[in-house]
Amino acid sequence: MTQININGRTREVDADPATPLLYVLRNDLELNGAKFGCGLGQCGACTVLVDGEAVFSCLLPLAALDGRAVTTVEGLGTPEEPGPLQRAFVEEQAAQCGYCIAGMIMRAQALLARTRTFSEQDLREHMQPNLCRCGTHMRILRAVRRAAAAMRAAEAVPLRKEAAR
Amino acid sequence: MTTLAPSRRQVVAGGGALIVSISLGATRALAQGPQAAPPTPPLPGSLKGAPMLDSWIRIDADGAVTVFTGKAELGQGIKTALLQVASEELGVAMPRIKLVTADTATTPDEGYTSGSQSMPNSATAIRNAAAQVREILLARAAERLSVNVERLKIRDGIMIADDGSSVGFGELVGNEVLHVAAQPTSRFKEPSTYTVVGKPIARVDIPAKVTGGVAYVHDLRLPGMVHARVVRPPSYGARLAEVDPGSVETMPGVLKVVRDGSFLAVIAGREYQAVQAMWALAQTARWIDAKQELPDQAAIYDYLKKLPSRDTTILDRGMIASSSSVHSATYHRPYQMHGAIGPACAVALYADDSLTVWSHGQGMFPLRRALAELVGLPPDKVRCIHMEGSGCYGHNGADDAGGDAALLARALPGRPVRVQWMREQEHTLEPYGPAMTTGVTAALDRGGNIISWQYDVWSNTHSTRPGPAGSLLAGLAVASPFPAPPPAVIPQPEGGGDRNAIPIYAIPNAQVVHHFIPDMPLRVSAMRALGAYMNVFSIESFMDELAKAAGVDPVEYRLNHLDDARARAVVRMAAEKFDWRARSASPRGRGRGFAFARYKNFAALCAAAVEVEVEHETGAVRLVRAVAAVDSGQAVNPDGIKNQIEGGVIQAASWTLFEQVTFDRRQITSRDWSLYPILRFQAVPERVEVHVIDRPGQPFLGTGEAAAGPTAAAIANAVADATGARIRELPLTRQRVKAAIGV
Repeated sequence: MTQININGRTREVDADPATPLLYVLRNDLELNGAKFGCGLGQCGACTVLVDGEAVFSCLLPLAALDGRAVTTVEGLGTPEEPGPLQRAFVEEQAAQCGYCIAGMIMRAQALLARTRTFSEQDLREHMQPNLCRCGTHMRILRAVRRAAAAMRAAEAVPLRKEAAR
Repeated sequence: MTTLAPSRRQVVAGGGALIVSISLGATRALAQGPQAAPPTPPLPGSLKGAPMLDSWIRIDADGAVTVFTGKAELGQGIKTALLQVASEELGVAMPRIKLVTADTATTPDEGYTSGSQSMPNSATAIRNAAAQVREILLARAAERLSVNVERLKIRDGIMIADDGSSVGFGELVGNEVLHVAAQPTSRFKEPSTYTVVGKPIARVDIPAKVTGGVAYVHDLRLPGMVHARVVRPPSYGARLAEVDPGSVETMPGVLKVVRDGSFLAVIAGREYQAVQAMWALAQTARWIDAKQELPDQAAIYDYLKKLPSRDTTILDRGMIASSSSVHSATYHRPYQMHGAIGPACAVALYADDSLTVWSHGQGMFPLRRALAELVGLPPDKVRCIHMEGSGCYGHNGADDAGGDAALLARALPGRPVRVQWMREQEHTLEPYGPAMTTGVTAALDRGGNIISWQYDVWSNTHSTRPGPAGSLLAGLAVASPFPAPPPAVIPQPEGGGDRNAIPIYAIPNAQVVHHFIPDMPLRVSAMRALGAYMNVFSIESFMDELAKAAGVDPVEYRLNHLDDARARAVVRMAAEKFDWRARSASPRGRGRGFAFARYKNFAALCAAAVEVEVEHETGAVRLVRAVAAVDSGQAVNPDGIKNQIEGGVIQAASWTLFEQVTFDRRQITSRDWSLYPILRFQAVPERVEVHVIDRPGQPFLGTGEAAAGPTAAAIANAVADATGARIRELPLTRQRVKAAIGV
């Protein structure tokens, strides 16, 4: 039994400790977001956060995860109540087939958790590990910038309220 | 009004379907007689293959509306566009319409979702069916409410008379009311009154895709489902000599090792157990390579040209002429792969002597025929249901995975079996876009205009889709293999290798020959735009070479040879939005390029203008910005069109700058993304702009493949502009550019 914190909930997983996290997420925990793309850490379709860092879940064995916190795209929101990145991806219509998109969102989430302010070059460098085959890159970049702007704006509001008081 | 409104008698009779079909049959019989009226025009779009209205639209007694399409969502946004068309003509809000996509048990057979034909074929059928259903319901509502049809309005599935009385769609239909044959013409809503068509409606599939909903066949999780992996041969046609399944059968979770000739696979309870068992099984397998070795990649184009070919002259106009200004060029395009981000996947269940397969293939009905033959069931015992997959851009491993799943489900009846390919399997076994060579010679008059054009294209087939069972990898591998079908030419006007080989320009004397090469040293099939990618790259590169020889600006040169008003409008739009000015000089290391094509010469029109930067020391080409203009006819979802063109530009930039399948004499060597690099974020242009020219009331032209060829040629033209070096062999890798500019 391995205990992992998945999207804020502690879950017990009964699987071979050598099993890569990706298979545990998809099959044992029935979370669809992370996708199998290459199993080689070359494409990023399986990207999730472990303790806030973007990782390739296809490479990380369950044994390395005991007691650590994993966030998948399901942990960011729902269709009814999407998180800022999910909302921005919908608003920018930033998907074609969409197979890479959950990985893209999680990679971007790692950046936004660190900073809401970044240069275009920083953003592209940060997204470099993740592949998209449909050519949706322009919209993905726009969606990340839009989410960052929305988060900056949301954070500015309480400050202004504070000031008004 | 030309719609078919069944009479009260037919409806009262209850067996409306039978009566109507008989009466139509009689009409047809009469039409063939000596006093026949002028023949009725053909039914529009896919109504030809499925003429009954209720094949496309069903309305339940509670008013629920279901629309059926034989096409599949491939990430191109077709679900949304079809719903828009149905919603507009029916007068029912989109969220209240359920759309069912390709499923052999429930939808019309529309063949493959390919060739940018979903809008021209399926959307046209649905639009006509919806308009005719609306007219039938209006006529019945008028009767029910005892008012003239003109006094009725439709509001979200309710027909309301001006006196306030109303009746819902559901109250007027038993299913038989819509079980009538479609008419060749429909009364459509005026495009100027559209409220849904032409609007950038948000895609219906995206919310699930960004929140981890079940969105793909890869996500299908059926009760009792087990997982399988296939061990593939190391080279094309290798036969399995021996294998030791015993050591694998005792591994944790392994349920069964399946061997049928050279088809070798393992089924396990958990997915990663299947992966580990596959690796172990592969260690014990010994293969014998096929006698035929692969050609030398360094000489592939010579090799292909020397193979026997079947030659067809597809254009022969005037007499090939000469002048004092004659120019020739030869172009090459390597094998390139679809490279889906998610390897092929399928789920199959074999129970009670019938087979159900969930697949992300592009053609559920053709796949059913192949699978029925593969497992030895009559087609009516096989059901294929489309679920989305990773973007395919043509014939990739999806159908093969369906074949794998079918064989494995038959080996383990009663349990749903999910199989997914590994990355190296997708990279080495998918059918590639074929390597091609083109040659062109043109003569110019004193004014620099083209007076003569001779063009040759050498190519393998561009479709080895199912097809019979022998078109599936599993069908070729089993102990009693199915014969591979002979490769076929896709005839003009669509064309395969010769798609877009006929120049769209006004040239008085022209000859075009398609050299079809049946022998396929590498597995090939349909990849986005088929031969159009290469033919447009060749023709549009050459147009720039001729413009330079003539001393005319490349945009102006194209306009000088273009008569069609819509073509001229697209070229002008792209040039204007790019701020293209004749004879303006680019900064050092920068260049600009232009190209145009009408896909298949009858579908969407697309022009691309790009700016590139070439790093002199390394030869690396960076796409700085791209501006595209597109005319897809009536634009149903302008943002969907933009998304497709943006994606087409970026994907084609990746093909053009980076991509080629590599192989040695034994096997494919471009096994993963490190060995087959594609465009990543740091190579993405600064800007991509798409300008849609809407043509309200004009036929839908489809969009998916329009940008591929123009983008490739525009980039090559921009590299020539930046460096002075004309590169006629794809891809434009930095090594190749560096060699061409001589640093």
